[in-house]
Amino acid sequence: MKPKSVAVVGAAETTKMGKIPDVSVIGLHADAALNAMADAGLKPSDIDGVATAGISPVELAHYLGITPTYADGTSVGGCSFMLHVRHAAAAINAGLATTILITHGESGRSRVGSSGFGRAPSSLMGQFEMPYGVAGPPTMFTIPVLRYLKTYGLKPEDMAPVATIQREWAAKNPRASFKDPLSVDDVMNADMIAWPFTKLMCCLVTDGGGALILTSAERAKDFPQKPVYVLGTGESVETPMVSQMEDFTSSKAFRVSGKKAFETAGIGHADIDHLMIYDAFAHLPLYGLEDLGFCKPGEAAGFIRERNTAPPKDGKGGGRLPLNTNGGGLSYMHSGMYGMYALQESVRQMRGIAPAQVDGAKISVCHGVGGMFAASGTIIFSNDAP
Amino acid sequence: MPPRMLPEPTPETRHFWDGCRDGELRLQRCTACAESYFPPRPFCPKCGSRDVEVYKASGTGVLWSYVINQRPRPDMGTEPYAIAVVKLAEGPTMMTNIVDCPQTPEALQLDMPLKVAFAKQSDEITLPLFAPAGA
Repeated sequence: MKPKSVAVVGAAETTKMGKIPDVSVIGLHADAALNAMADAGLKPSDIDGVATAGISPVELAHYLGITPTYADGTSVGGCSFMLHVRHAAAAINAGLATTILITHGESGRSRVGSSGFGRAPSSLMGQFEMPYGVAGPPTMFTIPVLRYLKTYGLKPEDMAPVATIQREWAAKNPRASFKDPLSVDDVMNADMIAWPFTKLMCCLVTDGGGALILTSAERAKDFPQKPVYVLGTGESVETPMVSQMEDFTSSKAFRVSGKKAFETAGIGHADIDHLMIYDAFAHLPLYGLEDLGFCKPGEAAGFIRERNTAPPKDGKGGGRLPLNTNGGGLSYMHSGMYGMYALQESVRQMRGIAPAQVDGAKISVCHGVGGMFAASGTIIFSNDAP
Repeated sequence: MPPRMLPEPTPETRHFWDGCRDGELRLQRCTACAESYFPPRPFCPKCGSRDVEVYKASGTGVLWSYVINQRPRPDMGTEPYAIAVVKLAEGPTMMTNIVDCPQTPEALQLDMPLKVAFAKQSDEITLPLFAPAGA
């Protein structure tokens, strides 16, 4: 993909977020889509490409009255939307469609019109993981971390500053689910969910959605919002079973996806002003910072503790790498497939309208995970016109 | 308590579950590149060769990583339990539970030696659980 050949011209989240018991899953997709279309000044008849995960792109297109010439149902978990952006950029460049809508909606908390967790007992996960009592992401995503901690001489409490510093960002965000300050002790003394993970090291469970609209950079100039250009992209997948990760201290999918995104963008780490790393659990920003090359292996916990990713506090300036500035999945919201909200925050930062705006930010990296280290997608955005 | 969630073997994995029923931990290895691998499949995930064999593994390994689930799945009883990954002596990793050992961080030390402990669940299915090697 040629950098900056495609731009985001519409971006919005659902009207409400948090607890929305009166809207079903497909209703959340539609609410976000209508908000994104309003943001871009478009009608359903202007959209000729659709992409979504969780529901089928067929359901989405029909429900919204869209007749697409491009449909992408890539569904690899919470980073599916990063992959949708990447595929949409390629599709627009190839002339498969001109205006592509990507949606997410999930009734994670209220469970209105949503399906449950589990795999067929004949699937690989059904045969080789489900019999041992795994009970959803808190007991699966977390499994590699003791090996990571032992390898680098770290302790569970070294993960706590991820949660406390993201709570500082959340405090600046009126839409964040949790805004009260947190201490390391609060994190460590919270209910134990799956040792060594306490409740405050695990993401929220909420309802919500979001949508993006992409078009060519050439057309993007004529839209009402400041265009946010796609500078580089990457994706990869590793394994459907966390027990089969090649290396418990590092995600191969993260490394491959991140490297590809930086290569296609033609930039280095010093060029990055803003970073989003999908944080379903407190260890993910540690793996993300290291696997994307911002920190050496084992050094991410110290990097966060030393406030390199933190907002300004007590008269001291913020860190040099603002991370998860919406509060993240730990404090902002997490409906199940959080990648869409990370993308929304990157777009807000590039438009210059984020509640905790990073002054002068020009390049944002948005890195997602799918499943339990199963998949990854990385999008690098820029607000500098080509 | 609802019955424990059990695997449903497929033609590609049948030899593994038959082995557990018969008291053998069976792995596969590639006769071309000698890679041992898990979970079962009729080809080598390293080199793609279909020339693979099933063999009886040692049944030993070390505790590689784990969590202790504090909110037991209904079919797993009422007490917290460790969901563990064992690194087998032959190389592959495998999810399992640890038996004959307190389910505590103090008792469950990474890299402790483990040996397979077969746990019969039904006429067809026996699960390969692991116990401390000294136990």
